[in-house]
Amino acid sequence: MLARKGLQGELTFNSNLVEQMYACFDCLACNQVCPVGIRPANLALAVRAIEEQERPVIWKKVVFEKFLSKSEKMDLATWPLRLYRQMGKLLTAQLGDMAAMLPPIPERTLHQNLPEVTPADGESQYKAGFFLGCAQNLLFAEDSAATVRVLAANHCTITAPKEIVCCGMPARGYGRHDLLMKHARHNIEIFERSDVEVIITDCATCGSTLKEYGKLLADDPEWAERSAEFSSKVKDISEFLVSIPLKKPKNQINARVTYHDPCHLNRGQGVMEQPRQLLQMIDGLEFVEMADSDWCCGSAGSQLITHYETSLKVLNRKMDNIEATGADYIASGCPGCQMQLNVGVQKRGLSAQVTHPIKLLDWAYGHRDKDHE
Amino acid sequence: MNKNIIKQLAQIAGKEAVLHTPEDLAVYSYDGSFEEHSPDVVVLPQSNEQVSQIAKLANSENIPLVTRGMASGLTAASVPFSGGITLSLTRMNQILEIDPVNRTVHVQAGVITAILQATVEEQGLFYPPDPSSIRHSTIGGNIACNAGGPRCLKYGVTGNYVLGLTTVLADGRILTTGGKVIKDVVGYDLTALLTGSEGTLGIITEALLRLTAKPKFRRTALVEFESIDEASQTVNAILSSGVVPATLEIIDQTAIECIEAAFHLDLPLDVEALLLIETDGMTEASVQEEILLVGEIAREIGARDVSTAKSETERANLWQARRSVSSALARKAPNKLGEDITVPRSAIPESIRRLRKISKKFGLPLVIFGHAGDGNLHPNILFDKRNPQQWQTVQEMVAEEFNIALDLGGTLSGEHGVGTLKRPYMEQALGPLSIEIQRGIKKVLDPKNILNPGKIFPQP
Repeated sequence: MLARKGLQGELTFNSNLVEQMYACFDCLACNQVCPVGIRPANLALAVRAIEEQERPVIWKKVVFEKFLSKSEKMDLATWPLRLYRQMGKLLTAQLGDMAAMLPPIPERTLHQNLPEVTPADGESQYKAGFFLGCAQNLLFAEDSAATVRVLAANHCTITAPKEIVCCGMPARGYGRHDLLMKHARHNIEIFERSDVEVIITDCATCGSTLKEYGKLLADDPEWAERSAEFSSKVKDISEFLVSIPLKKPKNQINARVTYHDPCHLNRGQGVMEQPRQLLQMIDGLEFVEMADSDWCCGSAGSQLITHYETSLKVLNRKMDNIEATGADYIASGCPGCQMQLNVGVQKRGLSAQVTHPIKLLDWAYGHRDKDHE
Repeated sequence: MNKNIIKQLAQIAGKEAVLHTPEDLAVYSYDGSFEEHSPDVVVLPQSNEQVSQIAKLANSENIPLVTRGMASGLTAASVPFSGGITLSLTRMNQILEIDPVNRTVHVQAGVITAILQATVEEQGLFYPPDPSSIRHSTIGGNIACNAGGPRCLKYGVTGNYVLGLTTVLADGRILTTGGKVIKDVVGYDLTALLTGSEGTLGIITEALLRLTAKPKFRRTALVEFESIDEASQTVNAILSSGVVPATLEIIDQTAIECIEAAFHLDLPLDVEALLLIETDGMTEASVQEEILLVGEIAREIGARDVSTAKSETERANLWQARRSVSSALARKAPNKLGEDITVPRSAIPESIRRLRKISKKFGLPLVIFGHAGDGNLHPNILFDKRNPQQWQTVQEMVAEEFNIALDLGGTLSGEHGVGTLKRPYMEQALGPLSIEIQRGIKKVLDPKNILNPGKIFPQP
């Protein structure tokens, strides 16, 4: 209604109207249920883009053009994040909650550590590309390191091109649709240079965005075919792993685990069963479904920062369902969800740990790290 | 809207409960029909006392006061054509008491009906009325429009479950009617009068509802027909057999196409009609026996196939699809006008035959689905309102739909109500004497005509 009236000139795209568009969590629930096929979440993003063209905002230029557009600059962000994580505890409730979002920041990003090509353990059967997302690289480097180890253990040669840039979703969320398109073309071109059969990501949001490149560039004669080819190769790590004969994990994990469906994995990509299947392969692991596992956790990337109260309300509902399971681990393959769930866990003083499902599989394969004794 | 009025409203309900920017007003300007008109101010009160003070203010200042829940209605009943104050009761959403011995539930008007149902079902109780909007419509709106739904075939409509109401009158006085007793014949039945009054007689803020025991078993069958005529004959045959299914729904070919486009359930696209039939009850054997009997009857008359839902998910999918038919029609055309004429059961086959002729005569598509079992059909005309010629045709078609209903001894509306869309046909349906009496009742309760003005009654 607001978008239509705005476009028809009955309302102006003023700050109040645009704010309604930014209040959307992009959880895609409305897209999924609409019997008519209207995509309100996409409409909200489109209106943000229109607004941004009319009234460009400087900070977005700095963050999205100078920063997320350049793979090497990303790595510089670790030290301010580390500092902030420490300082957050001294600040107001909201700033404290924001600091609680952050996991222990790795000393070095994975981008700096990960070789361009990781050989398969034993015989190489799959040529897999790996798309290392920004948040995974900066904040959850250990998860993506686990992803690469699990792939290698299952006979994949992994190519992780250094020159890729952000998938484009954060820029798109803030109205910079132009940058999304620019990043799409760049990333497609980079992967065209490597000989891979599949492009794997362990970030729900990256995955849903990369899979959309084909649709986004369908009307561009130069890119239509190339983007469709690229998107057809993209698979979430869980989606790929259950599609191949998988090595049986040898170690037990004696813990109760629940799973939270990231919106961009479940509704964004239709991947629901696969992560659960991976977890249930692990001996000793007791898998417990939480109620309404597909309800949004309220993260939406940055809603805890921009829409604090609403974000916390949504999180609270999620945490009630999580607490009821009594789980030791809350698995979710999305950095945004992981950060948000971390806030929930800390606010409630729970002993449960938030983790990427792949990390549990990695442990079951025998990898040990300091988080897991 | 006068700044002073906005200030007074904020004093009554709190600043955060008063909305008046053009964007806020726009999102309160429509319902489930195609009509639109913005109010001048929206208030979201949280107590009977606040509602009462708002009514007093509106009454003394002669400001139109239009009450709404989630505005899912299909008759423009909650669209504020005269501007003024829109009163949204969505923040009055508490379930106040569940009484398992008397089998009643006491709720505020803004409770979402599906939440009410789920909550009482946790205690083995059952609130049967199930309008298709159930997941977002409010119980207050359901009562104000006396909503129906598929299950009303066996269980009756919303009004059959209303034991008592708390209603704020136009001048702010608070009226309580009814109570937990099952029998009550003292004085006029004001509860029944207020139910279905579409916000024109008072503002319903609380309700005491009757519950039943939750059926333990149910079976759902999908029956395919190559002829819609055979489908409608089957409806009568089932009802005459003595089986009372909980639901007996008909869905025609175009509606099936829309469902398939939206939900991909592998429904057959080469049939003229489907019947969606559910039996329910307290023993598995009786429920099973009934659904088998229903299948036999359908096959005898000419059903091509009868299949039963194998899992709860399959059943839930079928019902979600059925509930979404009305919205899914928007895939076919920019606008639709859905009516809910109701005819005596014996006239169901004839009414469907005649409705199909309208479409042939006027050339616009007319989709038929609805609660065939209680004679309540939803003929939906698909059109483009931007085309003035089509709009003219639609109005002629609607007039014919109503003529069919009345000619066969039926009524204009089984469950949607009148709003503004059926206003022009009221006198034809009820006669001048009935209208005169109803106008008189309106005058007693709302002498200044501030409550949802312009609704229900034909314009003088």
